[in-house]
Amino acid sequence: MNDTITKENLNDDQIDQDLLKNVNWGNKFKLWLAFLSVSLIICLYFYYQQLQHGLGVTGLHDYVSWGIYISNFVFFVATSLIGMLISSVLGLMNVHWVKPLARIAELVAVAFAIVAGLIIITDMGRPDRLLNVFMHGRVQSPIVWDIAVIVTYVAISVLLLYIPLLPDIALCRDKLKNVPKWQQKMYKILALGWSGKTRQFKIMNNYTRILLILIIPIALSIHTVTSWLFAMTLRSGWDSPIFGPYFVSGAFVAGCAAVIITMFFFQRNFKLQKYITTDHFDRMGKLLVLVALVYVYFNINEIIVPGYKANTADAKHVDEMLYGHESLMFWLVQLGGLVIPFLLILFKPMRKPLPLTLISIVVLAGAWFKRVLIVVPTQLSPYYPIQNVPEKWNHYSPTVPEIAITLASFILVLIIMTVLAKLFPVISIWEVKEEMNHNKELA
Amino acid sequence: MSKANKNDNSRRNFLQKLGIAGASAVAGSALLLQGCNNSNKASGNKVKVLTADNKLVEVDVAHLQPGDKIKDLEYLQDRGREGIPGKKFVMVVDLAKCKNARKCMKACQSAHQLKPEMHHINVLEMDDPVRHTSYYMPKPCQHCDNPPCVSVCPVDATFKRQDGIVLIDNERCIGCRFCVAACPYSARSFNWTEPKDAEEFAEVTYDMELNVPQKKGTVTKCAFSADRLRVGKLPYCVSACPNGVYYFGDANEDLVTNGTTKKTVRLSALLDENAAYTLMPELGTKPSVYYLPPRQSKG
Repeated sequence: MNDTITKENLNDDQIDQDLLKNVNWGNKFKLWLAFLSVSLIICLYFYYQQLQHGLGVTGLHDYVSWGIYISNFVFFVATSLIGMLISSVLGLMNVHWVKPLARIAELVAVAFAIVAGLIIITDMGRPDRLLNVFMHGRVQSPIVWDIAVIVTYVAISVLLLYIPLLPDIALCRDKLKNVPKWQQKMYKILALGWSGKTRQFKIMNNYTRILLILIIPIALSIHTVTSWLFAMTLRSGWDSPIFGPYFVSGAFVAGCAAVIITMFFFQRNFKLQKYITTDHFDRMGKLLVLVALVYVYFNINEIIVPGYKANTADAKHVDEMLYGHESLMFWLVQLGGLVIPFLLILFKPMRKPLPLTLISIVVLAGAWFKRVLIVVPTQLSPYYPIQNVPEKWNHYSPTVPEIAITLASFILVLIIMTVLAKLFPVISIWEVKEEMNHNKELA
Repeated sequence: MSKANKNDNSRRNFLQKLGIAGASAVAGSALLLQGCNNSNKASGNKVKVLTADNKLVEVDVAHLQPGDKIKDLEYLQDRGREGIPGKKFVMVVDLAKCKNARKCMKACQSAHQLKPEMHHINVLEMDDPVRHTSYYMPKPCQHCDNPPCVSVCPVDATFKRQDGIVLIDNERCIGCRFCVAACPYSARSFNWTEPKDAEEFAEVTYDMELNVPQKKGTVTKCAFSADRLRVGKLPYCVSACPNGVYYFGDANEDLVTNGTTKKTVRLSALLDENAAYTLMPELGTKPSVYYLPPRQSKG
């Protein structure tokens, strides 16, 4: 019935030992964290420069006034959506094999959603006036909706990560005696006096269930509203009624790829082959094919419908994409980042952990550039010609500070994910045990 | 235009005189202070003013006369948001007359503290699809009656006034540039770096009707020269044009005045007789700027 968990019979002690192993601050991890921190500080220096000199340090200008900050923001929101698909949609449908992956998906969701919020601040011309949004916020602005749903999504995602973690935190509290004092104290506080009573499990399950249901509309809203930042304008290329579902379907592609990559690193580094099995990769690969197909379908709609009717502005936009300036990036992203990968994953050997991870890296990179293609070209073909401005305003190329600040967002995600993965078990120990005992009973 | 503002003229002149007095020397405030009405309730906001005998005194804002208020940010902000009652400002651009002199662009840029690449009004060379030639089209903000930029602004920094003008308050703008993205006419510009001559303007009180001083990290755009309209003058670009391209006036009065010839004509007749149009009416933005086609007109 459940072939994604190792066939070996593992007893509870063995499981505890395997899954708590990663909760330590080894030298390798400290080195990694130091490396990330130093890189982050270097990147933040560029943000300091931007604060000093204004957004002029970026490649942005009056015609392309939203560049890779915004496309990166869209990418981050997109990637964070996977938490909803895996832990909520599949979880509620009682798909058993995803259970060990739910926490990893939530980790991805929390890290990417939090950082998405920060990216938006880096794009602001006046970050010092952030509070104006709360003091003078206007309900009809999609930005206000976006802020509202993203904050809610982060809150619920954190709860969805935390609440099912309670039994495992209690386990850490009870079993991990050789960790630093502050860490023991942290477990003690965070465990909220968990003692494993049936009643506690019942409360926890109830809360989790409510959150799992709540997060579905909220996750759909965050990406739909993010797409509306574009779709609510009159700009050709953005002015599209399918932007909501188009973004959501694209989000699952990026998210699946991100989860596969994360799974691979946890499996290899934490030696979790018994828990994150080859079969998990196989199934995640199939899930990726499914969501990629849906996304391809939306992409075809997005190009063919305006392309066929070819009203002046839309025709120009579609032309730019298919044959013009953007065509190289367009075809690389569509074929290299979407179609070829999903065709490859159709073959079983490509769904083995290593090849699937490599393909996922390509898919994720493609997904990132896809967001640039959504954000930038529309602004480069305005309704009225670009004249009486510097020649370079006919193009957009991000500058070093801009790229560094964007890199900082990725570094921050890695920091959040690795620190959390070093403080808590990345796989739900109590659920694995439950699953194992359930299987034993059946046998 | 002169007719349009008749009712306000006496007050305007008064304001102007006071403005001059206030600007030349704050010393004049001593005189004003004598006449200040002490029955006004004190607002609690104090400002420092210099008296005729060079003494610095602190006065409550509520006790000041308009001449001093011109330097009070709060007063300017309220006035800027309120607009001029009873007006509906419109512009008519006669494309047949535009010879690309660009005096409008220059006047605009110097009035609004803009760098050469920043345009509140931009004269574009457009293709004429019928005659396969090109014509010049000045493109200011269209001051739409259904402005997409205003809808998307998250903080009400850009807004539509009762007199039809779309303004921006750069004291509130957070620099998200959603309005820049939303404007189908590409009418908005952003202060990517420190504005031109920022140091010179450092001490100037911000007037949103002029949108000066410009601020780094905020959006700027054409204001229909709301500061000039307040004193009964035509916009900077309109007055600067040597070729009679621009008409400006009040749609409620149905009168517009040509900035070059100073001739005042009936708006509805001008639009009807010349087959006037607005830019991309299909978008439903309802612009307040009308264009007369670029044909060889005699006028």
